[in-house]
Amino acid sequence: MTFPPSPPLPEREHGLELLRSMILVRRFEEKCAELYGKEKIRGFLHLYIGEEAVAAGSVPILGPEDSLVATYREHGHALVRGVPPGRVMAEMYGKMEGCARGRGGSMHIFDAEARVFGGNAIVAGGLPVAVGLALAARMLGENRVTACYFGEGAAAEGAFHESMNLAALWDLPVLFCCENNLYAMGTALAISQSETDLALRAAGYRIPAWAVDGMDVLAVEDAMRRAVEAVRGGGGPHFLEFRTYRFRAHSMFDPELYRTKEEVARWKERDPIALFVERLRAADLIEEARAKEIEAEVVAEVEEAVRFAEAGSWEPVEELSRFVYSERPAAAAEGR
Amino acid sequence: MKTTYREAVREAIREAMNRDARVFLMGEDVGHYGGCYAVSRGLLEEFGEDRIRDAPLSEAGFVGAGIGAALGGMRPIVEVMTVNFSFLALDQIVNNAATLLHMSGGALNVPLVIRMATGGGRQVAAQHSRSLEGWYAHIPGLKILTPATLEDARGTLWTALEDPDPVLIFEHVLLYNLEGELPDDAGPVPIDRAAIRRDGTDVSLITYGGSLPKALAAAERLAEEGVSAEVLDLRTLRPLDTEAILETVEKTHRAVIVDEGWRSGSLSAEISARITEGAFYELDAPVARVCGAEVPTPYPKHLEAAALPQVEGILEAARSVLPAGRGARG
Ligand SMILES: Cc1ncc(C[n+]2csc(CCOP(=O)(O)OP(=O)(O)O)c2C)c(N)n1
Repeated sequence: MTFPPSPPLPEREHGLELLRSMILVRRFEEKCAELYGKEKIRGFLHLYIGEEAVAAGSVPILGPEDSLVATYREHGHALVRGVPPGRVMAEMYGKMEGCARGRGGSMHIFDAEARVFGGNAIVAGGLPVAVGLALAARMLGENRVTACYFGEGAAAEGAFHESMNLAALWDLPVLFCCENNLYAMGTALAISQSETDLALRAAGYRIPAWAVDGMDVLAVEDAMRRAVEAVRGGGGPHFLEFRTYRFRAHSMFDPELYRTKEEVARWKERDPIALFVERLRAADLIEEARAKEIEAEVVAEVEEAVRFAEAGSWEPVEELSRFVYSERPAAAAEGR
Repeated sequence: MKTTYREAVREAIREAMNRDARVFLMGEDVGHYGGCYAVSRGLLEEFGEDRIRDAPLSEAGFVGAGIGAALGGMRPIVEVMTVNFSFLALDQIVNNAATLLHMSGGALNVPLVIRMATGGGRQVAAQHSRSLEGWYAHIPGLKILTPATLEDARGTLWTALEDPDPVLIFEHVLLYNLEGELPDDAGPVPIDRAAIRRDGTDVSLITYGGSLPKALAAAERLAEEGVSAEVLDLRTLRPLDTEAILETVEKTHRAVIVDEGWRSGSLSAEISARITEGAFYELDAPVARVCGAEVPTPYPKHLEAAALPQVEGILEAARSVLPAGRGARG
């Protein structure tokens, strides 16, 4: 696959902001891996390392009024969306100060205020929900875009096809963001889907679609900007396929029998952070000192998140049966 | 031979594949990944891609294809990673597999085996911690197995494959690492009989699957307190071995049902009803139940533990049905 040439570098401050957000996601997740080893984080943990350019480049294009739906590999999206790192980390710990009071853990990051609607751990489970969020926006006359992130593996599920059809049929303001990292757990795209060109498949539903270099944060940003504008402008559903790669195992339990070290190494040469730093350097947009400064800021922020999580509290067992049903009157639940 | 539950299931699959060329394994990540719970690791190299068939993420599709393959003369073992994901295939399982024989007036049977992991206890939160084998046991037309020992892990698959009807095998996630001795000549076991795993006279602990080790541990503790607890492993949730349930109650006159599923409308409710119907006058105390708390399972360890049956809870329930003075309190 060849992509169009990468867009020109943006202004220095914006470029540094993109870099910072990729580094934040990377360092946050490296810390998570370390904390998993220390048994501070448990259960399933799916790291996004390698895919940072997608969240960093695309999420900020959404406005605060827009909605975001993601999967169990959602820490990056939540962080870039502005969910405080401390709250995300506390959720990973299972502490009450986490964004879901610790009840969801790593796979279920939600933030009603930031309009982050999951954290869904059932593959393709979020797609119909995104269609519904878009439907609500349409029916309520709100000009919101719903961005739905999912892996290429989800594109084999019935829910994917049903969602694409509904979105196109009803002309809904939803943007499907497929993060194609080539593997669904250990099953390669090539051995699991008859048509591996996902943009082409979207076209079968009459949904405008593009494949984007997901390792190039500027290409991601550019494509996302165009797509969001189109959706917001009444263009109906759109589809972006971000071609990316996860550098780590699928989850902490994965022995990675299905791909070679050489393949992983080859993709690491296209590390989105390293590539971007190189470009910034070549254009004299970043100096060593500034790079170090960003790194230090991020590390401090992650450390602070860990401190926040460590200092958090465990929900009392007496509260186990709360939140099976709502505690608030129906009227208060409105206005989502 | 020293082995694990995981290896016992793998051996059972290997044996079935060697025994009958119509048998094949199909499911998500069963091949190149080596199985979500490493059950099928190595089988792809041994049997090839045709018979260890990686399916895309399309539960309704490949479970339905399993039904069709069974109708067409094959003997598929379909692996759905976990019961949580089997909901995407619920229509195929409930509306097709379970009904075809009846709807066709006995003309079309579905010799299909579906395996899946079930249960909580690994801190994987609500969408990955369901124990809904009791739900499936509600469906006429399906047979529901819950192997809890190495012998059953090794022995139920072949019996299930020989069965003319759809059989669902639920493997509790906490059992895969279970270790123990298994005779070299371990063979098929019946799939329609409950088994007494520990003899006792004072109280019956009735359970299955992932709760069996907890019930046995509770029985051990009760023995230290001078209480003789019998442990009945249901093994098969549909059809239920009512006879075995009534027999143990007639022997001990006290019953505690341990079921990780939710209490309301549950398998434990069914068992309790059968005891009431068949052995009411044998009871010296009301039937007690230890079930999963009626909440979606939370992630943090302490809340998850509180949501699932534990040895302490089983002990408490057992003591509550024993006559005052039997069994140390507190
Ligand atoms: C319906 C369903 N089936 C199976 C699983 C188990 N599972 C979890 S993640 C995953 C792979 C999904 O791959 P993809 O959609 O490409 O996303 P990625 O993990 O690569 O980001 C699978 C099979 C699940 N969570 N939900």
